[in-house]
Amino acid sequence: MNLRRDVFQAIADPTRRAILLLVASQTMTAGAIAANFDTARPTVSKHLQILTECELLKQEQTGREIYYHINAKKMKEVADFIEPFRKMWDDRFNNLETIMKKYKSKK
Amino acid sequence: MKPMKHKTTVEAEDGKQELLITRQFDLPLELLFTAYVEPHIVEQWMGTKVLKLESKKHGSYQFETTDPNGNVVFRANGVIHEFIPNQKITRTFEMENGPFGVQLEFLEFEKLTEDSSRLNMLTVFRSVAQRDQLLQLPFAQGINMAHNRLQDIVSKLK
Repeated sequence: MNLRRDVFQAIADPTRRAILLLVASQTMTAGAIAANFDTARPTVSKHLQILTECELLKQEQTGREIYYHINAKKMKEVADFIEPFRKMWDDRFNNLETIMKKYKSKK
Repeated sequence: MKPMKHKTTVEAEDGKQELLITRQFDLPLELLFTAYVEPHIVEQWMGTKVLKLESKKHGSYQFETTDPNGNVVFRANGVIHEFIPNQKITRTFEMENGPFGVQLEFLEFEKLTEDSSRLNMLTVFRSVAQRDQLLQLPFAQGINMAHNRLQDIVSKLK
Protein backbone atom coordinates (compact mmCIF):
# COMPACT_ATOMS: atom_id res chain seq x y z
CA MET A 1 0.00 0.00 0.00
CA ASN A 2 1.38 3.36 -0.99
CA LEU A 3 0.76 5.92 1.74
CA ARG A 4 2.62 8.78 0.12
CA ARG A 5 0.55 11.92 -0.15
CA ASP A 6 -0.61 12.91 -3.57
CA VAL A 7 0.40 16.45 -4.46
CA PHE A 8 -2.74 17.08 -6.51
CA GLN A 9 -4.96 15.81 -3.77
CA ALA A 10 -3.15 18.29 -1.52
CA ILE A 11 -3.81 21.34 -3.67
CA ALA A 12 -7.41 20.31 -4.39
CA ASP A 13 -8.41 21.57 -0.92
CA PRO A 14 -9.28 25.33 -0.79
CA THR A 15 -7.84 25.84 2.71
CA ARG A 16 -4.56 24.29 1.66
CA ARG A 17 -4.42 26.47 -1.44
CA ALA A 18 -5.01 29.51 0.78
CA ILE A 19 -2.18 28.40 3.09
CA LEU A 20 0.18 28.09 0.12
CA LEU A 21 -0.75 31.60 -1.04
CA LEU A 22 -0.13 32.99 2.45
CA VAL A 23 3.21 31.30 2.93
CA ALA A 24 4.29 32.20 -0.61
CA SER A 25 4.58 35.84 0.44
CA GLN A 26 6.58 35.23 3.65
CA THR A 27 7.76 32.41 5.91
CA MET A 28 5.37 31.97 8.84
CA THR A 29 4.90 29.96 12.02
CA ALA A 30 1.96 27.57 12.37
CA GLY A 31 0.38 29.98 14.83
CA ALA A 32 0.60 32.94 12.45
CA ILE A 33 -0.88 30.84 9.65
CA ALA A 34 -3.74 29.59 11.84
CA ALA A 35 -4.59 33.17 12.86
CA ASN A 36 -5.68 33.81 9.26
CA PHE A 37 -8.37 31.13 9.37
CA ASP A 38 -11.59 30.56 11.28
CA THR A 39 -10.79 26.87 11.26
CA ALA A 40 -9.68 25.18 14.49
CA ARG A 41 -5.94 25.14 15.10
CA PRO A 42 -5.58 21.30 14.93
CA THR A 43 -7.29 21.35 11.53
CA VAL A 44 -4.79 23.91 10.26
CA SER A 45 -1.97 21.77 11.71
CA LYS A 46 -3.29 18.76 9.80
CA HIS A 47 -3.30 20.80 6.57
CA LEU A 48 0.28 21.91 7.26
CA GLN A 49 1.31 18.33 7.85
CA ILE A 50 -0.16 17.22 4.52
CA LEU A 51 1.49 20.09 2.63
CA THR A 52 4.82 19.26 4.28
CA GLU A 53 4.53 15.54 3.55
CA CYS A 54 4.03 16.17 -0.13
CA GLU A 55 6.94 18.59 -0.09
CA LEU A 56 5.02 21.73 -1.06
CA LEU A 57 6.06 23.30 2.27
CA LYS A 58 9.34 23.02 4.10
CA GLN A 59 9.87 23.39 7.84
CA GLU A 60 12.73 25.38 9.29
CA GLN A 61 13.57 25.55 12.98
CA THR A 62 14.62 29.01 14.19
CA GLY A 63 15.17 29.02 17.94
CA ARG A 64 12.04 27.56 19.51
CA GLU A 65 9.83 28.34 16.54
CA ILE A 66 9.18 26.28 13.44
CA TYR A 67 8.73 28.39 10.32
CA TYR A 68 7.05 27.19 7.16
CA HIS A 69 8.19 28.26 3.76
CA ILE A 70 7.28 27.38 0.20
CA ASN A 71 9.26 24.72 -1.61
CA ALA A 72 9.62 26.61 -4.88
CA LYS A 73 11.03 23.62 -6.73
CA LYS A 74 8.05 21.43 -5.92
CA MET A 75 5.60 24.21 -6.72
CA LYS A 76 7.20 24.64 -10.11
CA GLU A 77 6.84 20.93 -10.75
CA VAL A 78 3.12 21.21 -10.15
CA ALA A 79 2.86 24.36 -12.25
CA ASP A 80 4.65 22.65 -15.09
CA PHE A 81 2.11 19.83 -15.11
CA ILE A 82 4.93 17.34 -14.83
CA GLU A 83 3.57 15.89 -11.63
CA PRO A 84 0.45 14.26 -13.12
CA PHE A 85 2.60 12.79 -15.86
CA ARG A 86 5.11 11.52 -13.32
CA LYS A 87 2.30 10.13 -11.21
CA MET A 88 0.87 8.27 -14.19
CA TRP A 89 4.21 6.54 -14.82
CA ASP A 90 4.73 5.96 -11.11
CA ASP A 91 1.35 4.19 -10.92
CA ARG A 92 2.18 2.10 -13.97
CA PHE A 93 5.58 1.12 -12.62
CA ASN A 94 4.14 0.34 -9.16
CA ASN A 95 1.75 -1.94 -10.96
CA LEU A 96 4.56 -3.56 -12.92
CA GLU A 97 6.45 -4.17 -9.68
CA THR A 98 3.44 -5.77 -7.97
CA ILE A 99 2.69 -8.00 -10.96
CA MET A 100 6.29 -9.15 -11.31
CA LYS A 101 6.64 -9.90 -7.60
CA LYS A 102 3.67 -12.27 -7.92
CA TYR A 103 5.10 -13.68 -11.13
CA LYS A 104 8.36 -14.39 -9.34
CA SER A 105 6.70 -16.21 -6.43
CA LYS A 106 4.66 -18.37 -8.83
CA LYS A 107 7.81 -19.65 -10.55
CA MET B 1 9.55 14.72 9.08
CA LYS B 2 11.71 13.57 6.21
CA PRO B 3 10.05 13.75 2.81
CA MET B 4 9.98 10.49 0.92
CA LYS B 5 11.98 10.40 -2.27
CA HIS B 6 10.03 9.52 -5.38
CA LYS B 7 10.77 6.16 -6.95
CA THR B 8 9.89 7.50 -10.37
CA THR B 9 11.43 10.76 -11.56
CA VAL B 10 10.74 12.77 -14.69
CA GLU B 11 13.23 15.26 -16.06
CA ALA B 12 12.10 17.67 -18.73
CA GLU B 13 14.54 20.53 -19.16
CA ASP B 14 13.18 23.78 -20.52
CA GLY B 15 13.62 24.17 -24.24
CA LYS B 16 14.68 20.56 -24.88
CA GLN B 17 12.73 18.09 -26.98
CA GLU B 18 13.47 15.14 -24.75
CA LEU B 19 12.13 13.64 -21.58
CA LEU B 20 13.90 11.33 -19.16
CA ILE B 21 11.91 8.98 -16.96
CA THR B 22 13.87 7.03 -14.35
CA ARG B 23 12.58 4.36 -12.04
CA GLN B 24 14.18 2.10 -9.49
CA PHE B 25 12.48 -1.30 -9.02
CA ASP B 26 12.58 -3.79 -6.17
CA LEU B 27 12.92 -6.47 -8.82
CA PRO B 28 15.81 -8.45 -10.28
CA LEU B 29 16.86 -7.11 -13.69
CA GLU B 30 15.56 -10.21 -15.53
CA LEU B 31 12.07 -9.83 -14.08
CA LEU B 32 11.95 -6.15 -14.97
CA PHE B 33 12.94 -6.95 -18.53
CA THR B 34 10.36 -9.75 -18.76
CA ALA B 35 7.67 -7.20 -17.91
CA TYR B 36 8.55 -5.43 -21.17
CA VAL B 37 8.69 -8.56 -23.29
CA GLU B 38 5.79 -10.85 -22.34
CA PRO B 39 2.62 -9.55 -24.05
CA HIS B 40 0.22 -10.75 -21.33
CA ILE B 41 2.29 -8.99 -18.67
CA VAL B 42 2.64 -5.77 -20.68
CA GLU B 43 -1.16 -5.79 -20.97
CA GLN B 44 -1.56 -5.92 -17.22
CA TRP B 45 0.65 -3.05 -16.17
CA MET B 46 0.13 -0.79 -19.20
CA GLY B 47 -3.62 -1.27 -19.02
CA THR B 48 -3.99 -1.84 -22.73
CA LYS B 49 -4.51 -4.75 -25.07
CA VAL B 50 -1.38 -5.94 -26.88
CA LEU B 51 -2.34 -6.82 -30.46
CA LYS B 52 1.22 -7.53 -31.47
CA LEU B 53 4.63 -7.46 -29.78
CA GLU B 54 7.63 -8.84 -31.62
CA SER B 55 10.48 -8.36 -29.16
CA LYS B 56 13.39 -8.49 -31.56
CA LYS B 57 15.43 -6.26 -33.84
CA HIS B 58 13.19 -4.96 -36.66
CA GLY B 59 10.12 -6.26 -34.85
CA SER B 60 7.02 -4.16 -34.32
CA TYR B 61 4.25 -3.74 -31.79
CA GLN B 62 0.69 -2.52 -31.56
CA PHE B 63 -1.39 -1.63 -28.49
CA GLU B 64 -5.11 -0.96 -28.37
CA THR B 65 -7.55 0.03 -25.62
CA THR B 66 -11.31 -0.21 -26.02
CA ASP B 67 -14.10 1.08 -23.78
CA PRO B 68 -16.80 -1.29 -22.42
CA ASN B 69 -18.83 -0.72 -25.62
CA GLY B 70 -15.97 -1.89 -27.79
CA ASN B 71 -15.02 1.55 -29.14
CA VAL B 72 -11.30 2.07 -29.61
CA VAL B 73 -10.15 4.84 -27.25
CA PHE B 74 -6.41 4.46 -27.65
CA ARG B 75 -4.18 2.85 -30.24
CA ALA B 76 -0.41 3.05 -30.48
CA ASN B 77 2.29 1.34 -32.49
CA GLY B 78 6.00 1.34 -33.13
CA VAL B 79 8.99 -0.53 -34.45
CA ILE B 80 11.91 -1.95 -32.53
CA HIS B 81 15.32 -0.88 -33.76
CA GLU B 82 17.51 -2.53 -31.19
CA PHE B 83 16.77 -5.35 -28.78
CA ILE B 84 19.42 -6.57 -26.34
CA PRO B 85 17.92 -8.77 -23.59
CA ASN B 86 18.31 -7.37 -20.06
CA GLN B 87 20.06 -4.29 -21.41
CA LYS B 88 18.43 -2.19 -24.01
CA ILE B 89 15.40 -1.59 -26.20
CA THR B 90 15.41 1.19 -28.78
CA ARG B 91 12.03 1.72 -30.41
CA THR B 92 9.63 4.24 -31.87
CA PHE B 93 6.27 5.01 -30.30
CA GLU B 94 3.33 6.65 -32.02
CA MET B 95 -0.11 7.29 -30.63
CA GLU B 96 -2.50 6.91 -33.55
CA ASN B 97 -4.72 9.93 -34.27
CA GLY B 98 -2.79 11.92 -31.68
CA PRO B 99 -1.07 15.30 -32.06
CA PHE B 100 2.31 14.19 -30.69
CA GLY B 101 3.95 12.62 -33.71
CA VAL B 102 6.43 9.77 -33.60
CA GLN B 103 8.68 9.53 -30.58
CA LEU B 104 11.99 7.75 -30.31
CA GLU B 105 12.48 5.81 -27.07
CA PHE B 106 15.75 4.60 -25.59
CA LEU B 107 15.10 2.13 -22.78
CA GLU B 108 18.09 1.12 -20.69
CA PHE B 109 17.81 -1.61 -18.08
CA GLU B 110 20.40 -1.71 -15.36
CA LYS B 111 21.14 -4.19 -12.58
CA LEU B 112 21.64 -2.54 -9.18
CA THR B 113 21.71 -5.53 -6.81
CA GLU B 114 20.41 -9.12 -7.03
CA ASP B 115 16.94 -7.83 -6.14
CA SER B 116 16.88 -4.33 -7.55
CA SER B 117 17.18 -2.72 -10.92
CA ARG B 118 16.74 0.58 -12.69
CA LEU B 119 15.09 1.68 -15.90
CA ASN B 120 16.12 4.82 -17.76
CA MET B 121 13.70 5.78 -20.48
CA LEU B 122 14.75 8.64 -22.73
CA THR B 123 12.07 9.86 -25.12
CA VAL B 124 12.92 12.20 -27.98
CA PHE B 125 10.14 14.21 -29.65
CA ARG B 126 10.15 15.91 -33.01
CA SER B 127 9.89 19.33 -31.37
CA VAL B 128 9.92 21.04 -27.98
CA ALA B 129 6.29 22.02 -28.57
CA GLN B 130 5.24 18.38 -29.02
CA ARG B 131 6.97 17.35 -25.82
CA ASP B 132 5.39 20.16 -23.83
CA GLN B 133 1.98 19.33 -25.26
CA LEU B 134 2.27 15.74 -24.04
CA LEU B 135 3.28 16.88 -20.55
CA GLN B 136 0.21 19.09 -20.40
CA LEU B 137 -2.27 16.31 -21.14
CA PRO B 138 -5.09 16.80 -18.65
CA PHE B 139 -4.72 14.88 -15.44
CA ALA B 140 -8.10 13.29 -16.14
CA GLN B 141 -6.51 11.11 -18.76
CA GLY B 142 -4.08 9.68 -16.24
CA ILE B 143 -6.96 8.87 -13.94
CA ASN B 144 -8.90 7.18 -16.71
CA MET B 145 -5.91 5.09 -17.66
CA ALA B 146 -5.39 3.98 -14.08
CA HIS B 147 -9.08 3.21 -13.80
CA ASN B 148 -9.16 1.16 -16.98
CA ARG B 149 -6.13 -0.75 -15.86
CA LEU B 150 -7.63 -1.50 -12.49
CA GLN B 151 -10.78 -2.79 -14.15
CA ASP B 152 -8.73 -4.97 -16.47
CA ILE B 153 -6.73 -6.53 -13.69
CA VAL B 154 -9.73 -7.10 -11.44
CA SER B 155 -11.68 -8.76 -14.23
CA LYS B 156 -8.75 -11.09 -14.88
CA LEU B 157 -8.68 -12.18 -11.25
CA LYS B 158 -12.08 -13.85 -11.61
